[in-house]
Amino acid sequence: MNKVISDLENSFFTSKKRNEDIKGKLVIGLTQIAVLLIIAILFIILGIIIYQGREKFSWEFISSFPTDGMTKGGIFPALIGTFILVVVMSIAAVPFGTITAIYLTEYARENSKFAAAVRFSIRTLAVVPSIIFGLFGLGFFIQFVGGGIDKTFNGGELHWGQPNIIWASLTMALLTLPVIIVSVEEALKTIPRELREASLALGATKWQTIRKVVFPGSISGIMTGTILAVSRGAGEVAPILFTGAAYYLATLPKSLSDQFMNLGYHVYIMSTQSSDVEKTMPIQFATTLVLLILTLSLNLVAVVIRSRIRRRAK
Amino acid sequence: MKDIKIQVNDLSLYYGEKKALKEISMQIPANKVTALIGPSGCGKSTFLRCINRMNDLIPSVSITGEMLVEGVDIYDKNVDVVNIRKKIGMVFQKSNPFPKSIYENVAYGPRINGLKDKGQLDEIVETSLRQAAIWDELKDRLDDSALGLSGGQQQRLCIARTLAVSPDIILMDEPASALDPISTSKIEELVHELKEQYTIIIVTHNMQQAARTSDHTAFFYMGELIEMGKTNDIFTKPEKKQTEDYITGRFG
Repeated sequence: MNKVISDLENSFFTSKKRNEDIKGKLVIGLTQIAVLLIIAILFIILGIIIYQGREKFSWEFISSFPTDGMTKGGIFPALIGTFILVVVMSIAAVPFGTITAIYLTEYARENSKFAAAVRFSIRTLAVVPSIIFGLFGLGFFIQFVGGGIDKTFNGGELHWGQPNIIWASLTMALLTLPVIIVSVEEALKTIPRELREASLALGATKWQTIRKVVFPGSISGIMTGTILAVSRGAGEVAPILFTGAAYYLATLPKSLSDQFMNLGYHVYIMSTQSSDVEKTMPIQFATTLVLLILTLSLNLVAVVIRSRIRRRAK
Repeated sequence: MKDIKIQVNDLSLYYGEKKALKEISMQIPANKVTALIGPSGCGKSTFLRCINRMNDLIPSVSITGEMLVEGVDIYDKNVDVVNIRKKIGMVFQKSNPFPKSIYENVAYGPRINGLKDKGQLDEIVETSLRQAAIWDELKDRLDDSALGLSGGQQQRLCIARTLAVSPDIILMDEPASALDPISTSKIEELVHELKEQYTIIIVTHNMQQAARTSDHTAFFYMGELIEMGKTNDIFTKPEKKQTEDYITGRFG
């Protein structure tokens, strides 16, 4: 009787164990497939873009204007337009984001309801679809602010109340603000309490301590945030769709109230609105390649700086 | 104790509801070294941080009683905490130089006080480093980063940085606890020299250090001041049993 039971138990345990083994292998196998799939997708995308874009990709492509109804030529104005966009965006978003981050880490009390509300807003802002920012920019910046300026100062004549660089950049600044705030906050938190105490114990005020000890230590965080924001801003199209991007401009923008061309938007219009989509295919791929190189290298720089900050924090 | 620098009357400190310091009353004499000793968590460091109001930085802390420095209650509403801290310098347990040059570390205090004149700054930097007995070691590398110095050098640099704002009182929170014996003895010598000009209050875990460096010793236990007196008396004939148990190493 006893033998029967022990046999039964044995077979029961071993069979269960074998079962678990198979399950375990299955799960591991699935995760491996998932990882391979992701890597494969990435390489296929990169491969196609590089392969298809390499023919057209050249210095001349980058440095010349589009010609022949945008079926030939380069992308120079789109590149410059993107550059101007991210510069103006940074000028608006970086100081604003830095100040917010300083408030949140240095001034807000731990249990402050207001700070909690600000944090919640930032998190929400970060997940709002980018097209919503575009619509907001159109409604708020162009119609309300721009239109308001025109009504008050230009007697209703349309000047600021239409899509242009400044409104597109400000819309993009709103979109990238959370990226900057989070990066700067992260950097500020790595400044040890001992350094703040050292400064305060020498009779420095809180503001002096922030200015002379905390802020210099967070410059790398501000840089990372800026670069990540620029890289995001360079790649987004939806926020500038209605707020400033132009289909084609024969000249470079001359003032902040001009429209501009943009790399991402250029890809979009080339693939949807072009007179000959087939013919412009190489241009689309080469433009995408430029955009990709731009954002990837910016992200790489940001990753390097960020890993340095993290090392310092340890 | 004729020349009293700090008079403490019934000072209590609460972390939220928890009472961490219980009705401390004591007198700290001028131009002497006063050691605060006691087991970990007895409140000696907390008490030290009351003297330059560093506890202000912790939101949950509330304090009752009086802390009179030269007769002025530093917790009075009209007192500016920034001025308090200029007058009462502090050296921390872990050396905490700024990630700046040696020169900029020492010049930090004078600079925030608005001193811009290069000649005067140079002079203050040199005097402070000399007072901290580290000038000869560092005079040729003032522009090097302070972070490249050894632990002992960093701590003396921090002392120099504190001296540069010319305080009256220097608070030291276990300044040598992270240092090797040679660096420790240098700090102790320094304490001895500095008391000519400054009133020094030093928190220490090290009995011998308290005995060697201080003129007066206060023994804290569980947030209370058990006993205070001349260091010699405390170490040879303590009045309270708890003090005796602690200094002879029976607990703590």
